[in-house]
Amino acid sequence: MIKLTNVAVSLSGTPILSDISLELPSGGITALIGPNGAGKSTLISAMARLVPVTSGEIIVDGMNVANTASRTLAQRLSVMPQDNAVAGRLRVGELVQFGRFPHHQGRPTQADFEAVDEALSIFDLFEIKDKFVDTLSGGQRQRARAAMCFAQGTDYILLDEPLNNLDIFYARELMRTLRHVADTKQRSIIIVLHDLNHAAVHADRIIAMRDGKIIADDRPEKVMHPDVLQSVFGFQINVETIAGKPISLHFL
Amino acid sequence: MLDRRLTLLALTAIATIILFMTINVRGNWQFAMELRLERLLSLLQVSVSVALSTLVFQTITANRILTPSIMGMDALYVLLQTALVFVLGGFGYAALNPVGKFTIEVVMMAGLACLLFLPLLRYSNALVLMLLGGIVIGVLFRSLSSLLSRLIDPNDFAIVQSVSYADFNTVNADLLLPCFVLTIIAAAICWRARHVLDVILLGKPTAIGLGVNWRGYSVVLLLLVGMLVAISTALAGPITFLGLLVVALGQRLAGTSKHSQTIITSILVAIILLVGGQTVLSHAFSNALPLGVLIEFIGGITFLFILFYRGQS
Repeated sequence: MIKLTNVAVSLSGTPILSDISLELPSGGITALIGPNGAGKSTLISAMARLVPVTSGEIIVDGMNVANTASRTLAQRLSVMPQDNAVAGRLRVGELVQFGRFPHHQGRPTQADFEAVDEALSIFDLFEIKDKFVDTLSGGQRQRARAAMCFAQGTDYILLDEPLNNLDIFYARELMRTLRHVADTKQRSIIIVLHDLNHAAVHADRIIAMRDGKIIADDRPEKVMHPDVLQSVFGFQINVETIAGKPISLHFL
Repeated sequence: MLDRRLTLLALTAIATIILFMTINVRGNWQFAMELRLERLLSLLQVSVSVALSTLVFQTITANRILTPSIMGMDALYVLLQTALVFVLGGFGYAALNPVGKFTIEVVMMAGLACLLFLPLLRYSNALVLMLLGGIVIGVLFRSLSSLLSRLIDPNDFAIVQSVSYADFNTVNADLLLPCFVLTIIAAAICWRARHVLDVILLGKPTAIGLGVNWRGYSVVLLLLVGMLVAISTALAGPITFLGLLVVALGQRLAGTSKHSQTIITSILVAIILLVGGQTVLSHAFSNALPLGVLIEFIGGITFLFILFYRGQS
């Protein structure tokens, strides 16, 4: 379980998050939604110790993120930061192999190779595993980065806007793969999403944020309500139920 | 494939070393060997320290354009020398114990490297900002050096001048042994950290996510870079584009970013370039063309090429 108690984060003097308390039990997909600047990415980064908390504490499986060895945390929690170009010439297989680094520190064993192969097959990367990452399309690259997080073998997988720049096909594929991972591999996925409907269709729980605070935190059917969405995004969003799922009509 | 390239590279390096030692030896062999061995050791240490400092710096900043020299670190070393001459005078400077002086310089360079570049690392994904910062820092150090050298005695200025230009011919014999020890230690640290360096190259957030103590490593590695720059600048003087050239070629030849390969290829390229270049220039051109100038010329063109090429892709 990831437990946040009264967490506040300031970046260069500007408060980004204030007084966030949250419990994320293991299992399922939790989606973070909200307008730009709501603090979703900062929240993910704080949980993954990429930014320090100003006050409060974040506990992952009983370990305080602020003072636990980075390597120990890396065996419990993996993070895919917002899109950053991969420097250097790397093949897809090599990138995914980096996910095993917390376990082998540079000397992979048979178990590590097996974990990498599993990640490559789940994320459908086997055919392109010898391609260089900088020659991939955006969709393939995001999939490779997500596969690296999966290969890390952690209970928690934190993904910061993995659907950035993906077309509808790749976005859907990635969300379905993540759903599959959550259901069959018992991983807990915490994901920042901009598309409300991806959150509504694929997540088990939606946390809606605005101005560094949590506005709503519930099952998708509850959060995907015109009144809630109005308070999060500041305009009227109608929601229709289509194929048993709440679908927001924010384009209208 | 890679092993063949490595073997070929290693054989070429060994061949240049043999040529350097044996070509055109006249008169007393023992005397010639001793003289050339000193120069060879000096060139080898410069090769290793320049290749490693550049490679490590490029890995921490996750880019392939910036090098410690381009960021003004050897200008910093020259500034330290000029300041010493300014404070102590030419005689005081010459009377300093070279090993003691060098030790203090290494410590200062390592410390200043951390002090200057740790804050800059925050912008490491903004290449333009880093480049601009580095150029400003370099210009600042060079201007300060030239200001100080205008304030000192003309005789003292001659001393400053001798440390301000690259020179592969004269050997700083006092420093050979301490530099040798430090170079070996630095190389051992880099080699041990080769897997971590691979992860650091993925960028700060990804490296932290993979359990690397990024802050700790960036401090240690920057200290190492400062020390290596002090070694190469003390032995050969400032050469801005040598590091860029050898690491770019080394990475190209390795065909991968794995440090277990690039560390070796970059060092071998540096050896071939320096030892080979020195052999060719001193025997075929009878030292008419200084190696430093030639390397700056080729390295500068490489720098522009990488800048333009990256700008397009």
